[in-house]
Amino acid sequence: MSRIKDLQKNLFGGTTSNARQFGMIFTLVAIILLFEVWTGGLTLTSGNLIAVVSQYSYILILSIGMLMVIVAGHIDLSVGSVAAFTGIVVAKAMQEFSLPWPVGILVGLAVGALIGAWQGFWVAYIGVPAFIVTLAGMLLFRGGNQYIGNADTVPVPEGFRSIGAGFLPEIGPNTGYNNLTLLLGVAACVAVVWRELRARQTRHEMQADVAPVWISGLRLVVMVGVIIFATLRFAGGRVGTSLPISGIILIALVLAYSYYTRNTIGGRHIYAVGGNARAAELSGVKLKRVNFMVMMNMSILAALAGMIFVARSSASGPQDGLSWELDAIAAVFIGGAAVSGGLGTISGSIVGGLVMALLNNGLQLKGVGSDMVQIIKGLVLLLAVAFDVYNKSQGRFSILGSLMRPFRRDDPGQPLDRSLSTSDTDKAPIAG
Amino acid sequence: MTVDSTLLEMRSITKTFPGVTALEDVNLVVRSGEIHAICGENGAGKSTLMKVLSGVHPHGTYTGQIVYQGDEVRFSNIRASEQAGIVIIHQELALVPGMSITENIFLGNEPRRRGSIDWKAAQRRALELMEQVGLREDPDTLIKDIGVGKQQLVEIAKAFAKEVKLLILDEPTAALNEADSQHLLDLLRGFRERGITSIIISHKLNEIAAVADTITILRDGRTIESLDVKADGVNEDRIVRGMVGRELHSRFPDHTPDPGEVFFEVRDWTVRHPISTERLVCKGSSFTVKRGEIVGFAGLMGAGRTELAMSLFGRSYGVYLGGRVFKDGKEIQLRTVAEAIEHGLAYVSEDRKAIGLNLLDDIKTSMVAAKLSKISTHGVIDQVEEHRVAEEYRKSLRVKTPSVDEGVTKLSGGNQQKVVLAKWMFTDPDLLILDEPTRGIDVGAKYEIYGIIQRLADQGKGVIVISSELPELIGLCDRIYTVFEGTITGDVARGDADPELLMKQMTSTKKIPTP
Repeated sequence: MSRIKDLQKNLFGGTTSNARQFGMIFTLVAIILLFEVWTGGLTLTSGNLIAVVSQYSYILILSIGMLMVIVAGHIDLSVGSVAAFTGIVVAKAMQEFSLPWPVGILVGLAVGALIGAWQGFWVAYIGVPAFIVTLAGMLLFRGGNQYIGNADTVPVPEGFRSIGAGFLPEIGPNTGYNNLTLLLGVAACVAVVWRELRARQTRHEMQADVAPVWISGLRLVVMVGVIIFATLRFAGGRVGTSLPISGIILIALVLAYSYYTRNTIGGRHIYAVGGNARAAELSGVKLKRVNFMVMMNMSILAALAGMIFVARSSASGPQDGLSWELDAIAAVFIGGAAVSGGLGTISGSIVGGLVMALLNNGLQLKGVGSDMVQIIKGLVLLLAVAFDVYNKSQGRFSILGSLMRPFRRDDPGQPLDRSLSTSDTDKAPIAG
Repeated sequence: MTVDSTLLEMRSITKTFPGVTALEDVNLVVRSGEIHAICGENGAGKSTLMKVLSGVHPHGTYTGQIVYQGDEVRFSNIRASEQAGIVIIHQELALVPGMSITENIFLGNEPRRRGSIDWKAAQRRALELMEQVGLREDPDTLIKDIGVGKQQLVEIAKAFAKEVKLLILDEPTAALNEADSQHLLDLLRGFRERGITSIIISHKLNEIAAVADTITILRDGRTIESLDVKADGVNEDRIVRGMVGRELHSRFPDHTPDPGEVFFEVRDWTVRHPISTERLVCKGSSFTVKRGEIVGFAGLMGAGRTELAMSLFGRSYGVYLGGRVFKDGKEIQLRTVAEAIEHGLAYVSEDRKAIGLNLLDDIKTSMVAAKLSKISTHGVIDQVEEHRVAEEYRKSLRVKTPSVDEGVTKLSGGNQQKVVLAKWMFTDPDLLILDEPTRGIDVGAKYEIYGIIQRLADQGKGVIVISSELPELIGLCDRIYTVFEGTITGDVARGDADPELLMKQMTSTKKIPTP
């Protein structure tokens, strides 16, 4: 009994202690297992996993920025158009002026920053709701894409394609695996173990309750196990393939932005603005600057996503990025962010994005038509959020709350925790 | 005109909220065709009593009896009381700004003909009603295009459209200028001639003394007395005595004040209302604070105390028109909240939940929120330090929680207030402005908060306490400024402060020389 409680509290309590995310991890695992069985083992093959990563990495990159936008209490509908616009500008620039591809990437990021500054200006300094500004941006930059590209596709040079379709090189002895991917896997395992030890030490320094050793051990076994499995799958594909470059970019961004949102003043301010803008303002938070930066950052990430997509499909076209904003927004909400702002985590959004990606992928592997895929995705989004809303209105906090109720006597009362990098201590509601 | 028959009798009404008794055995007798005033300090129970009467607090949620026109009534909602002819007009007007006068008058009460709204009849009836309340406007004018005074009249016309027998006005003149107030009072006298009964709740005692026939005084949720204005020869002083006549218990920790030099001074601070361009919320206010001094700001609701504090704190309220601020003899600029914090100001707001706290936060996050730079290097927050700081405040302020990782919503009001105090103490302020620091807090927690305020003063910090509770100010403060309609009307030293004197200065612009 108490072990189940400890487990629930601590196993996933590390970075994603929000109970909704815990539920989403269950869902993700369930979806993977379901399709693994249903497709006769196709889902977890090397080839398929590599395809999923390179096919969905740009949506996941968008959902990082979207999470911050939504936490701050806004929305960005323009990301697909911004991505397409950046793609065509970069492709055109490299074609017309024969720019080297690294310069092309810098141009793309600059375009994203400029667009972001434009949208941020209207949202933060004029006070036009982000919904309207980005709805206008959606039209503006879609039109811009077609204007610049003459509604035609523009190819991109070979080197540029590596950020979307590239793999790590094969070096070192022939192990039958991609050696660099193996190295990354080892590094990830070491990092996970080190972080767990650090976390325990930090809790110790805080004189807070440290999770029982067996919990830490179990958590490490699970996480290291997942990493080893993934490493072998990604490293063991067709010769010449590995973890895709776009996947590496994604992982780097997830780590960087998770750290930023959790551990820095800037990140804290985004949550403060979304949680209670007036209170944040009266605490000295520069509201306008936070809103501006959040919108600008989103457009830069949209530009990056656009370039990765163009690189993968080796040309920029007028239909690029169509309805990406909806996928990104869905990922963020499935991942536990609050519609009213102030709540949500990067890791949650990534899990939410992966749920959508694997659902998509699995249904496609089964040959389900895109009509049904859309219907199912729509229902999943609705049910995920509805469950949570319903549970909140019942005074409980999450899907998990209702899943675990038979095992538990005390009030779940999971705190809305996001800033903690270590396990939670005992929860008991306080009165008086 | 008959003023003999009883229209309404509320008998021993008791209403409790979780943890608080808002009304205890309250009696109210209103005769037909009179103007009946209800007076009392903020929180005395006036509004709660009217909510019981109008069915906002439905029958069954209170104990006691309401007898109206000779029969016992049990209203289950506002609609039921309105059908009986009892209409309440709240301080915040319930009008739709984007609709016309006619549309507002008949909102929810539209004259119908064969299923659709009969606008012709509505128009005609609206003109009649507007005539009755002395409102000369085109009935198609939008509400947002007329002044507050006229909006008030539209509300009354709306009440008339429902065939009102008993009109209740909650602070009807609080937002009005002198001329509009006068018109409204004349109107009430006119209604009396026509046999319409009114209940008026107001802080403006001069108006009440002038217009009311009977005055019922509430204090701490009890009926204190009912005065017949003419027979008892009631004047403002008499009302004040009834409102504040309360013993000061030893509700305050022992403290020996030791104020130092004046270190903070505000001169001619003038601010206008954020929307209404004519209304000044601070009219050339000047005041000083000494090191280690606890300075009170007394005033009734809407007097402009919060507006003064928030406009000082980084111009967080209204539009700054003029005024200078000096600290330690040097002029300082307080254009943004960040600047104000930098100069050592801290403002603890009167509404913790709406603007004081992020309710999604946990305790430790809230405590450090106003000065994250103190626990950060290069923008990265040291979470061990954050936890340590929070633990320190948890112990020193005795916040009742098993862990600083708890969400702030799980705390009681008193403990939430301690978290907010910690948040501002963490910024190392020289001057703390505490706006209603004990609102909605039980007696025990109040005592602790007083102790914290006194400790802050002993550390040489200046503390400004804004409070609507006179006993609190008298018990706690070394000096009290009184504020009335945006003007500082008095500066009363600790020894001279008594409730009657303060109440007089809080309800009149005339400066009364301190004895």
